[in-house]
Amino acid sequence: MERLLRVLIGGVLVKTVLVMLNQDLMREIPFSLGRLADPEAFHEPILIDGLDSSLLLNQLKQMMLIRLAEEKIGDEIVTGRIKCPCHLAIGQEAIPVGLSLSLNKGDKVFGTHRSHGHFLALGGSLEGLFAEVLGKASGCSRGRGGSMHLYGESFGFVGSVPIVGATISLAVGAALAAKMDGKGQVAVAYFGDGAAEEGTLHESLNMAANYKLPMIFVCENNLYSSHLHIGLRQPSDCVARYAAAHSIQTAVIDGNDISLVNKTGRALIEGARSGNGPVFIEAVTYRWRGHVGPREDNDVGVERKQGLDLWKKRDPIGRLLAAMVENGSLSSDGAGNLLAVLREEVNSAWGRSLNSPDAAAATLYQHIYADSGSEV
Amino acid sequence: MSSQPISYSEAIREAFVYLLDNHPSVFVIGQGLWSPWYVGNTMRDLDKKYGESRIIDTPVSEGATTGMGIGASLCGYRPVVVHPRLDFMILAADQMVNQAAKWSYMLGGQGHPGVTIRGIINRGGEQGAQHSQALQSWFAHIPGLRVVMPATVADARDLLVSSVLSDDPVLYIDDRWLYEEQAVLPPVQETSLSLEGPKVIRVGKDLTLVGSSFSTKLCMGAADQLAKEGISAEVVDLRVLNPLRYETIVTSAKKTGNLIVVDGGWSTCGMAGEIIAGVCERIHLNRKPRRITLTDVPAPSSRLLENAYYPTVETVYRAASQMLKPHSKGFDDETLSGLHL
Repeated sequence: MERLLRVLIGGVLVKTVLVMLNQDLMREIPFSLGRLADPEAFHEPILIDGLDSSLLLNQLKQMMLIRLAEEKIGDEIVTGRIKCPCHLAIGQEAIPVGLSLSLNKGDKVFGTHRSHGHFLALGGSLEGLFAEVLGKASGCSRGRGGSMHLYGESFGFVGSVPIVGATISLAVGAALAAKMDGKGQVAVAYFGDGAAEEGTLHESLNMAANYKLPMIFVCENNLYSSHLHIGLRQPSDCVARYAAAHSIQTAVIDGNDISLVNKTGRALIEGARSGNGPVFIEAVTYRWRGHVGPREDNDVGVERKQGLDLWKKRDPIGRLLAAMVENGSLSSDGAGNLLAVLREEVNSAWGRSLNSPDAAAATLYQHIYADSGSEV
Repeated sequence: MSSQPISYSEAIREAFVYLLDNHPSVFVIGQGLWSPWYVGNTMRDLDKKYGESRIIDTPVSEGATTGMGIGASLCGYRPVVVHPRLDFMILAADQMVNQAAKWSYMLGGQGHPGVTIRGIINRGGEQGAQHSQALQSWFAHIPGLRVVMPATVADARDLLVSSVLSDDPVLYIDDRWLYEEQAVLPPVQETSLSLEGPKVIRVGKDLTLVGSSFSTKLCMGAADQLAKEGISAEVVDLRVLNPLRYETIVTSAKKTGNLIVVDGGWSTCGMAGEIIAGVCERIHLNRKPRRITLTDVPAPSSRLLENAYYPTVETVYRAASQMLKPHSKGFDDETLSGLHL
């Protein structure tokens, strides 16, 4: 018996063959991220020849905006204005920006503890995010959630929570609902490589495959779970092997290449949308800041100390920017101007958020249940 | 309206039939739903009547199944997740406690997981420590999670309907020891679960007995015995354990001045102690209140040990009798502690 698994490695579609040697023993080619996990690799500008330059410019802006917003949040943790725990995804911007391109109204997206980028890439507002991390009434979760509990149903962001892996099965439920609705919608769960060590991922993969649901599993593999490198946690650094074991169509890509994320998202999400069952996208990336807070945490383990500077050369923004400057679709001055405009946008949204009213103490008892402020 | 009595278990099935007939957003998902023996006759042939896409049998994945119910509820559906035993339902504790119960609150009241999680207490029959637990007190501890335990045939049906139509996450717990109870029921009337709470189901003046689910049946049996001795016991059936409304309980305890609370779970940090504390914070009782619960021991397997383990009508009756006529029965403390007091 042979099973074919289609795997995209570095943008190249590879067929990995699992060979059943005899009835009792299956030997599989061990999955490994290989070059995708090599901090020396993929520093060059991404390939954008023949691609829509206005789309890329728009995505460049989105990625820059997310980065500037997160840098602002990092700075304001240092000033003490932000008190809630914030998990920054600086360095990982291409994944939500690229995948959101293939999501439609009515699709349902679930996030994690590290979801500022997911929220903004889908259309969440800077003020909704800033006000939320400041505990303001105008925050996207009315000041109740802080950074780790974001809400934006009107643009498809059902919610994010910090229990690792927890929203995966919820997203599978949304995929079940989408299948029942029969309107071609999909559900998306973002999660990290750490979630692969939670049982719920495996239950969820099986459920989605068993019921053939329009479910998009997105593993942002940044190689770290809190302070622990994946090499200290799993015998292989490739999380997609779990999806392959559940017979789910899988792509493993450089998550810091926006063009590749766009392309993979289009192909796999459309497949799920048209009823082919769940898909699993493993996007390899790296977070530049520590697990939580603004520090780089480059004192955490040898790999990180050696790797961070190199990984910064695989910058999803820098590589797109370089490619656009190289092919003439953007000038260096143009890029500088863009940055200044976006920085002003971020600062002004921050100022408005800071001056908006706090969530009032009197609201403490509200929203425990749906139909009343509280029954206490 | 049928004049034929139906059983508690049939009443649960009637609730499902009503919901599936009248509310297209309702579906049921959980283990054993296509099996005739898994959940008693409470789901009998619903898969044939409504199809396997609405009555979904699942792998043994309590966490993901419950998470799926929550996720679908956030997309406009009213799922019922079925766990044939509370012991196994514990594997879904994250989904219930961290996700469903908190969702509305932590996101500023903007998303409401209107999921119903049906957990079944299925004990006795030498099933032992991991097939017998009654964990209502754990879950009643959690703000945001409604906990419902029907004691009567009518409530088995009507509180299930209310639970499923509630926009909040609800844990609905039924007890297989009640499945043979019989009653004649009027047609279903939809009511709001947030208006439901403890109810006086037998009026009395000397003593208040508070129970829930099967414990309410014990209270009713004890009240019958006490009546023969001229003791008039009032029985309050909790019905909704969280959020807990004290008014009915306190009013009754104030009237009778005496309180015994019976709960099918353990004593420590349990519902019985909670209710006694809540009442004592509000009023003075004439006598020391008592709780009747399981002793703090896991469920045994052997029949002999089981017989010693579970409180009975006799346990409640003796405790009440001792409370009101302390000298006539002459139980000492040691005997009473063996009787789950």
